[in-house]
This record gives sequence, structure tokens and C-alpha cells, in this order.
Amino acid sequence: MTELIQVDNVSKSYWRDSFEIPVLSNLSLSVKKGEFMALMGPSGSGKTTLLNLIAGIDKPTSGKVIVAGTEISNLGESALAKWRANNIGFVFQFYNLIPVLTAFENVELPLLLTKLSKADRKKHVETVLNIVGLGSHIQHYPKQLSGGQEQRVAIARAVVTDPVLLVADEPTGDLDKNSADEILTLLERLNKEFNKTIMMVTHDPHAAERARSVRHLEKGDLVGA
Amino acid sequence: MKVLKLILKNALRHKLRTSLTILGITIAVIAFGLLRTVVTVWDSSVDAASAKRLITRQAVSFIFTLPYSYKEKIINVPGVQTVSFANWFGGVYKDKNNFFARMAVDVETIFDVMPEFLISPEELAAFKKERNSCVIGSEIAKQYNIKVGDQMTLEGDIYPGRWDFIVRGIYRPQNKNTDATQMLFHWQYVDERMKIETPVRAGNVGWYIVAIKDPNKAAVISDQIDALFKNSAAETKTETEKAFTQGFVSSSGAIITAMNCMSFMIIGIIMLVLANTMIMAARERTREYAVFKTLGFSTYHLTGLILGESLLISFFGGGIGIALTYPIVAAFEQAIPKGFFPFFFIEPKTTIMALSAAILIGIFAAIFPIQRTLKTKIVEGFRFVG
Repeated sequence: MTELIQVDNVSKSYWRDSFEIPVLSNLSLSVKKGEFMALMGPSGSGKTTLLNLIAGIDKPTSGKVIVAGTEISNLGESALAKWRANNIGFVFQFYNLIPVLTAFENVELPLLLTKLSKADRKKHVETVLNIVGLGSHIQHYPKQLSGGQEQRVAIARAVVTDPVLLVADEPTGDLDKNSADEILTLLERLNKEFNKTIMMVTHDPHAAERARSVRHLEKGDLVGA
Repeated sequence: MKVLKLILKNALRHKLRTSLTILGITIAVIAFGLLRTVVTVWDSSVDAASAKRLITRQAVSFIFTLPYSYKEKIINVPGVQTVSFANWFGGVYKDKNNFFARMAVDVETIFDVMPEFLISPEELAAFKKERNSCVIGSEIAKQYNIKVGDQMTLEGDIYPGRWDFIVRGIYRPQNKNTDATQMLFHWQYVDERMKIETPVRAGNVGWYIVAIKDPNKAAVISDQIDALFKNSAAETKTETEKAFTQGFVSSSGAIITAMNCMSFMIIGIIMLVLANTMIMAARERTREYAVFKTLGFSTYHLTGLILGESLLISFFGGGIGIALTYPIVAAFEQAIPKGFFPFFFIEPKTTIMALSAAILIGIFAAIFPIQRTLKTKIVEGFRFVG
């Protein structure tokens, strides 16, 4: 397996008023293509920050982040937006579906940025909604779905553009055990059957067990193998 | 198409809030249209003034009269084509609320200097022939259902007593800016009675209407006319009809200026109301906009979403407002004393201004939420708690 993600000596600090709050310091990490990695660690350890840097929704204070051959830490906002649209799928803890759009429309959103025809978009959306088991719920609005179903729609939205990397931030954090299991099974399936590289941040050791590898972050440093 | 659908769905998220905002814009546009109509109607009386006419009035004030004998002197001023005169009569026709201009005029010349008052030669001849006849504007005829041959009786106030007239003609306006709400009758009819009842008031006219050949020589001719009567008991002030009308209108200038300011202030207030709605909406959707950015939607897309929603609301409110302005202005026209305004209609300019104001409101209201949304970083957006 070739390396898909390379994080080199990355540091990230936030500023609150005049106080600098270091979150990550000189962190290096590499993730191979097809990997399903779980990032664990206590609150404030920098898991989500690292995930955001890899996904290109935040920029490091120093260091390099290279994903799929592109050094994203150097890209401007506009280029980064395009890059994200083409390469990354996101799954959030609170699903973050657009409440006024149906499941179909939510999943279709990333495809609106592509040149696909309406018919092709429909085909893609229906395919992924079937994969996540919601083929019969395409016209449902988020409020008409359960938490687990909402998260499955979010996963469908994340994979509909066939991204090289799927990042999931606490994808089971807001779900009951059964729903969480379903989501993890789905992620496993996406990794195994569709060879999706997945980086998942989680607090939950049971969720982490489903990943192929687990890395621990503590106070901004990776610990253990 | 999808984006339009999303804009529409966003706009309808808080139906009550959106409806109230649209209602606010609608009311503002109606108020703007109504106030602007009053202002433009007022101004258009000045615009309608002819450049080829001068008005010679008493130098102190137009409420004072001038001797009838001035006519012969004015006609001999080089460049003067015709001289006519008029006298404000006042009086009451049936009811005090029936307001329209009633004037004693020089019947031989009035229609020569006022060519925008269209009258048939037969009616004009009949009018000239009969001393107690009158001619009325078509609007007056329509409003009070008066026909040629009918009698009109005025109860005099400036010229006390009962005054009976026979309608011998109805003039039509040349264009929509022409005042078709005047009643014109023989100055001699009034003057003869004054000679008997109040001799001291006889032989006077209100103002002279001087038709000139070349409008470019208006200033020179005016000076020449005024020079004729310098140091006399009744010095004159001659000015273009436009300046005269402006002076007349300017007595109401403060009210008009206030109405003008008010019409724009209303637009300003509603801009802030919509801006507030849009700021609230954008604030509530901070996380959603972060999602959009995460998915790869650009600055351009987000600007389009917010601006589109703001414009949709303002267009809708503006559209309803403009559509309702027409019947409301018509109702307003019915409600005000008849003849108070010689004509009352919405100028196309007012509609264009109202529509432009609606667009401006939409754009202005979107500026702050767009700025805020674009400035908010994705990670900050996800952390935002509304």
C-alpha cells in the first residue's frame, strides 16, 4: 500500500485573545492508501485538529500536510475548497445535514459542484443511498429520520463523489449502541469492499476496535505505535 | 435550478419571520410609492409650465392685483406675442370640499396663450359671445357630471354674492401633465359687477400671462416689462411661468421636502429590518455554511445563496408593494378633496425607483451576513453555538 497521507512536523496553535494555545507540536504521521485508522485520545488532545488539518479545513501553524500527492498546507482558500470537493468525504458527529433538503438532496449537494448531468447525479445518489441502506428513504427530510439513518445519509453524502479519503469525526458519538454498530459496519464495508481510506476520530474503544489501526494522541503528540 | 430551490427553501424556513419581513417591505414600498407620487405630482406642475410664457404679477406678492391698463403697455414690449390675464376668483361650488381653480380670465386671449387647453372652435366662439358663460376642464365635467348648457353657481368669497354661469365649453388637456380641473369665465362679468358693488376693486387683474416668441429672451423681456412700471403704485415682477409656479409651490416646499426625506427614510428603515432578518438567518445557519464550505462550496456559491435569499424576499415584498401601490394611489386620489391635485398618477419613474429601492434593500441586507459568513472559518463555524 502506498502512502496517501503524510503529515510532517506539523504544529498547530490557536489564539484566544492574546494567549497562544498550542494543540499539536511537531507531529508526524503517515497513513497508507486503503487504511482504516482510528485516532483516539482524551478531549483536547488534538484529534479533531489533526483530522481538520488532514481534511484541509484548517491550516497548520507550521509543517507540511500532503494528501494524495498534494501539499494542501500551501493551498489558498479557493484551491483548497476545490481540492476538498474532489478528494475528501466528511462524516461529522452531529451529521450536519441541511434540514430543508431531503436525503436525496443532501447527498446530491457535493455533486452539484461536478459536471455530472442531472440523470447521472440521480444515478450516483440512488446508488450510494442503496449502499447505506436508505434507498427507500430518499424523499425523507432529516427530521423524519432516526439518528442512525441521518448518519447513514451523511456517510452517503461523504462518499457520493468517490473521494480518496473519508474523514469521520466521532461518527458514533451521538448514536445508541445499535445505530453505532450499524455505522461502524458501514464504514468497515466502505473500507473493505470499496477500498476507501478512512480516518476516524473516536473516544469509544469499541469503535476503535473496528478500525484496522489505532493511534493515540495525548497533549498534541502521537503516542504508541 | 437546485440553488434556486435551496434559496427558496431557506427563505421559507421561518415562514412567519419571512412573511413579516415581506409585509414590512410591501408596506414600505407602498408608502414610498404614495409619498413619491405626491412629491412628483407637486413637482410636475412646475415641469408642465411652458417656457414660452411669462407671468407678470404684483412685485410685492401675487395676492395683490395689477391695473387692467397694463395690458396695452405690455403688448408693445418687443418680443411679446400675446398678453392675457387671469384673476383668482375662489368661491364655493356646492360644497367647500369641491376644490378646483376658478378664474376670471380674458376670454379673447386665454386660449391663445394656453394652447394646451384644447377646445373646439364652436365652443370657444359660444364662450366668447356670452358674458356669463364659462368653460370647464374635462376632469371637472367628469367629476361633477356637468354638460355643456348646464348651469354652475358659485358662492363667492373673495367676490361675495351668488354667481351664475352657463357652461359653454369643456376643454381637454393636451397631455397628462395638463391641468384639466380649471373653471374659466369672463373677467368682464366679474369686473362689471365690481364696478357696481365695490368700485374700488374694479379694473384690476390678478396677473398677466405673456406669451413670448423666443424663450431665450425671457430674461430681457421680463426686465423690459418690469421697467415699464418701475416707481409706479403697482410695480411688477415678471418671471417665467416655471419660476412663478416654483414660487407658488415653494410655499409648500417644507412639507414636500419632509415627504421626500420620509420616503427615503422608510426605505432606509426597511433596509435595516431585512438586514436584521438576514443576519439572524445567517447566524442560525453558521454550521450549515461551514458544511457547505467543507463540501467545497466556494465564496461565490455562499454569496449567491445569501444574496439570492435576500433578493428573493425583497423582490417579493417589492413586487407586492408595487402591485398594491396602484389601487392604493387610486383610492387615495378618491379620498383627497377633488381638484386638490390637478392630476394624480404614479409616474413610471416612481415605479422604477420603488423597484430599484427593493433591489437595493436586498443587496444591502445581504452585505453583513455575507461578510460574516465568508469571514467565519470552517472550524469556527462548527464550534458555533447559536
